[in-house]
Parts: sequence; C-alpha cells; structure tokens
Amino acid sequence: MSAAWVAVLVVGAATLALKGAGPVLAGGRTLPGASARVVDLLAPALLAALVATNAFASDGELVLDERGAGLVAAGVAIALKAPLLAVIVVAAVTAALLRLIS
Amino acid sequence: MTRSLTAFMRASTRSGGRPGYRAGVRAVAPLFPAVLAFGVSFGVLAQAAGFGALASIVMSLTTFAGSAQFAAVSVLDAGGTAAAAVGAAVLLNARYGPMALAAASVFRGGRLRRLVEAQLLVDESWALAQRDGEFDRRIMIGAGFALYVGWNAGTAIGVVAGDALTDPATLGLDAAFPALFLALLVPLVRDRSALAAALIGAGVALALTPITPAGIPVIAATVACLVGLRRPAAAHAPSYERPPGARAAPPCRAEEAA
Repeated sequence: MSAAWVAVLVVGAATLALKGAGPVLAGGRTLPGASARVVDLLAPALLAALVATNAFASDGELVLDERGAGLVAAGVAIALKAPLLAVIVVAAVTAALLRLIS
Repeated sequence: MTRSLTAFMRASTRSGGRPGYRAGVRAVAPLFPAVLAFGVSFGVLAQAAGFGALASIVMSLTTFAGSAQFAAVSVLDAGGTAAAAVGAAVLLNARYGPMALAAASVFRGGRLRRLVEAQLLVDESWALAQRDGEFDRRIMIGAGFALYVGWNAGTAIGVVAGDALTDPATLGLDAAFPALFLALLVPLVRDRSALAAALIGAGVALALTPITPAGIPVIAATVACLVGLRRPAAAHAPSYERPPGARAAPPCRAEEAA
C-alpha cells in the first residue's frame, strides 16, 4: 500500500474516533457541576486559540502578515455590530488588498 | 445572505423543527466560497504530492478536516514517511476530542447516530453552533453538512481541474477563518471566567507555536478551561443587563452554580 493510502486510512480512522468519542461515550448526559463549568469554558479557550493560530502562526513561527491586518479589520467590523458575512468579507478584502499592493 | 448571526440565533431558538438545520446552512453560507476554494487547493496539492485522484477524494470524504489533510499531504510531499504524515495530521485533529466533548451533552439517539453526527463537527460548524450559552446540535449538523459538500466539491474540482486555478490566499480567503472565529468568540466572552479562558487560551497557543509541532498549541490551550474550577465570586453572579441588540446571553452554568 502506498504511503498516501496509509495516511488516508489511518488519519480517517483516527479522526472518526476523535470526533466520535465524546458524543458516543458522554452523549445525552449532563455533566456534574465542576466538570460542566470546565467543559463550558472549553469553547472560549479553543476559539481564542483558533483565532490566534489562524491569524498569527505560519509553519511553526509567529508572523504578523496580511491575516493579522484582516483580523484587526474584522475586529472593527465586529465592534460596529456588522453581520457575520460583512465581518468575513472585510477581513478577506483587507488581506487581499494588502497582498495586491505589497 | 445579509442576515446577522443574531437573527439566525433567534430563528434557531424559536423553531422546534427542521428549520434549525437550515439555519445552520444559512449561518455557514458566508464561508462557503472560502471552504470551496481551500478544497480546490487541497485537491491540487494532493495531486502534486503523488496522491492519486481517488486517494485525494477519499481523504476529503473520510477525514473532512482541512488543516490535518494539508499537513499529511505536505509531509509526504516533502519526502516524509507515512508515520510522520499520520502523526502530524492526528496531532492537528486531536483538538476535536475536547471540542466534541464540550458538545457531547446535546447529542441524541443511539451510539451509531451520535458517531455519524459527530463527524460533521469541524472548527467552523462547532463554532457556529455556540448559541445562547448552549451548543445547538441542529446548527452544527446543518453547517457541517454544507461545509462537507463544499469541501468535497472543492477537492473534486481541484483534482480534475488541476493548478489552472488561483491560490485562495491571493483573494484573502485565508483571512476569513480567524475573522470568523473572532466573530463567534466575542459573544461567548460574557463573564470574567470566559474572558480569562479566552485570553489564557490564546496566550498558550501563541507561546507554544514556535516551540511545539503544529496541533499542540491549540490542544494545550484547553488547559485554560481549568479557570472554571475557580470558585466564581458571588459579587458578579446575578446581573446580566445587556444593551438592546446584544446577543441573548443567559448566565453560563458556572455562574448559575455560584
């Protein structure tokens, strides 16, 4: 079997298990007090980490590039209560324009 | 597609039936062009890395996780072993463990159904499903399904049409993702615990980016949720006044327990 197929099959199976474990084992159950508080805070912690890595990480390095500028523009749009579509378009257009002129 | 998230949120909380799935599809529509374009890039890159057409398409159908797929392909393209490619991709997807766990309580039905529905969980569908301090399963499924269609259609286009197509970065589409996550994070930060979790999570992820393999920073950021173990101060528990038009934000469970 080629390396490509090994990667496709093993990564596919691992991803199935990673996504499924929580819902299959803990699905439909309400977690007890302290663990519910901790699990509730997973969302802001993970989302903030996704913001940070999607905007400022590139090949294992911290970088400030057009994505960061797009994020700042998105922040302004969010503060102005723009709809989600506008926030995304503002970020993409900002990054595209900066790349065009640089 | 100019309705705001707030409007979707109201629609999804009001309706008890099928419209919840449709609200998920509508909510994710702004991202559809970006996901399609990155699916095309994946198809092109996988071909260039020596994945056959079938392996490229099967990977998008079964793994359905952009960053892990790009990582696996780029490791093999750079001459890495299958084990190295698998390791990088699995590390990147390890975040789905805690993300799915955070959403686990709203899954319904038998184990097989929960397992299948959980496969539609990706960063974007998971983030869009955070509503009113709860996780909306229907939004996640609707959004995840639309993303699945876009990602796989894009991959197929990339495999067939090859590199006659533009790099999505030229169009600024890579900047769409952090913007989306920020827009979805802001309404979640409605008390001090959530703010602390967000700041610590971002800080840990950034601090680890230069010194750990890709994937570790986001998983390590989950330690930030341990601020939930801190006893919430009684002083700031009860009041949740919000300005008109603000997203409905009931107290989170941490505060109710105070």
